[in-house]
Amino acid sequence: MLRDVDLTVPAGQFVAVVGANGSGKSTLIRALVGLRPVTSGRVRLFGVDQREFTDWGRVGYVPQRAGAGSGVPASVWEVVASGRLVHRRLLRPLTRTDRRAVADALEVVGLAHRAADPVSTLSGGQQQRVLIARALVSGPDLLVLDEPTAGVDAANQLALADALATLSATGATVVLVTHELGPLSRLVERTVTVREGRIVDDRVGASDPYGHPHDHHHTRPTRHDHAPHLGAPVDGLGDPGASGARG
Amino acid sequence: MIELLSYDFMQRALIAAVFVGIAAPLVGVYLVQRRLALMGDGIGHVAVTGVALGLLTGASPTWTAVGVAVLGAIAIELIREFGHTNGDVALALLFYGGLAGGVLITGVAGESASRLQEYLFGAITTISVADVWFTMVLAAVVVVVAVGLLPQLFAVTHDPEFARVAGLRVRLYHVLIAVLAAVTVTVAMRTVGLLLVSALMVIPVATAQQVVGSFRRTVWVAMVLGLGASTGGLLLAAYLSFSARVSPGPTIVLVALAGFAVTWPVGVWMRRRRAQRTPFPHEGVGAVPHVAVDDHHPDDHAEHRHGDGCGHPAVEHGDHVDYLHDGHRHAAHGGHYDEH
Repeated sequence: MLRDVDLTVPAGQFVAVVGANGSGKSTLIRALVGLRPVTSGRVRLFGVDQREFTDWGRVGYVPQRAGAGSGVPASVWEVVASGRLVHRRLLRPLTRTDRRAVADALEVVGLAHRAADPVSTLSGGQQQRVLIARALVSGPDLLVLDEPTAGVDAANQLALADALATLSATGATVVLVTHELGPLSRLVERTVTVREGRIVDDRVGASDPYGHPHDHHHTRPTRHDHAPHLGAPVDGLGDPGASGARG
Repeated sequence: MIELLSYDFMQRALIAAVFVGIAAPLVGVYLVQRRLALMGDGIGHVAVTGVALGLLTGASPTWTAVGVAVLGAIAIELIREFGHTNGDVALALLFYGGLAGGVLITGVAGESASRLQEYLFGAITTISVADVWFTMVLAAVVVVVAVGLLPQLFAVTHDPEFARVAGLRVRLYHVLIAVLAAVTVTVAMRTVGLLLVSALMVIPVATAQQVVGSFRRTVWVAMVLGLGASTGGLLLAAYLSFSARVSPGPTIVLVALAGFAVTWPVGVWMRRRRAQRTPFPHEGVGAVPHVAVDDHHPDDHAEHRHGDGCGHPAVEHGDHVDYLHDGHRHAAHGGHYDEH
């Protein structure tokens, strides 16, 4: 349940949405990718109304550890390759480009050696990295992650941070939901705090609710009832908004 | 046994069994993947009414069964999609309504129970040339669709939410799977029978899962196993029918189950081996750090140095590597190995 949310993420930004369990942070990004309907207001992706948005190859979505427990075994390679579907036409086999992309994505998350193993035999952190590889493989401009660090051990969190750093360095926008930033905090450029379905804080840099907040506090007023944009110092560098949610 | 194959009806039955044996597990993979293993069973129950309607009206029971089964499958899918908390109760109503309606209508039509039984448990001798054509064409369509759309269907059944964000029309694919299942059920009804067809969809998949670790291989192995079970079971039924009245459905299912029983220990063994090599199972479930039993073994294996190619399987464990050693794990620590 979300109320009065107005959030614009410019292209290339690395945004963390933080908040306690049940605060509505997952709902926010599920609405962003269209898995939750918005009753009022609208969601735009790359400037296009999300209901008319078709260019899903530009969006990579990493759900909260889903699919790992489905009925039939699936190998790591297969799961990652399913992320290429956006670029495949019906009834066409995988092209050389597709295979290349799958191999690259597995390389980025450091799981190339486990490609043939069933996903169910991987540890929780490794499964999370598989899901990230699946999102990366389509070459997205916007990566949306739901709790990528939940229940992931320290070593895997580092591997995950490295993979996200690689992607972010290519200019992609990253929006992730988390209740603890951990090693990701060095990558975060902006932190949005959600509480009871509202954005209560929006600041530059990482602010881990359970850790030490970063030094630069540029806390801005939290209500922008009619403002079209949230004008943070790093925002509005001439780039049109990569994604926005208004409701 | 050889002269058995020279009978025309036996050849027709065998051809039908081959097509059914390939198509049923193929669709079954998607049902099992969606955790709807019993959906084929439900569709089979609904199709009984379709058969009875055919018997009542004089139309071909095969075609009426296809129609009713497809409608039933779509209804089941829609109830699942839009139904509320007690969706499975609604499904149960549909299943039993289908079976009861079928038996009742058969009685009204003045047909005997044994006529209906041909459709419930299969029958070798009653398969006509038209039935064989029907089976071949529909099974071929099912196989082409289910194999051709394998990447899409895999994505949709494996993780529907991700598939939706990848731009796939998930609901449409779910209905497609339901329709494929309905067609398969009716294709299989003359061979395995409506009440047992679900077994041929599910058991080969369950057997394949024991020994393979990827979706594609599960598909292929299940199809081979399904083919073996349907033809093997049919031949067994034909052989037994010299001395008793045997329907092919039960023998096909029992042959498939025998395959499962044989591979089960193999699967258990393989999973145990894999589990040993898997980094700690509780890892990732919570942020609970692994509490090392600080069990130093400075002398035991002092002469052996673990490393690449030392003969002990290496297991990644957090920031270091453990080596499997006679059922326990060694982690290098200073000049010795700790038990992890």
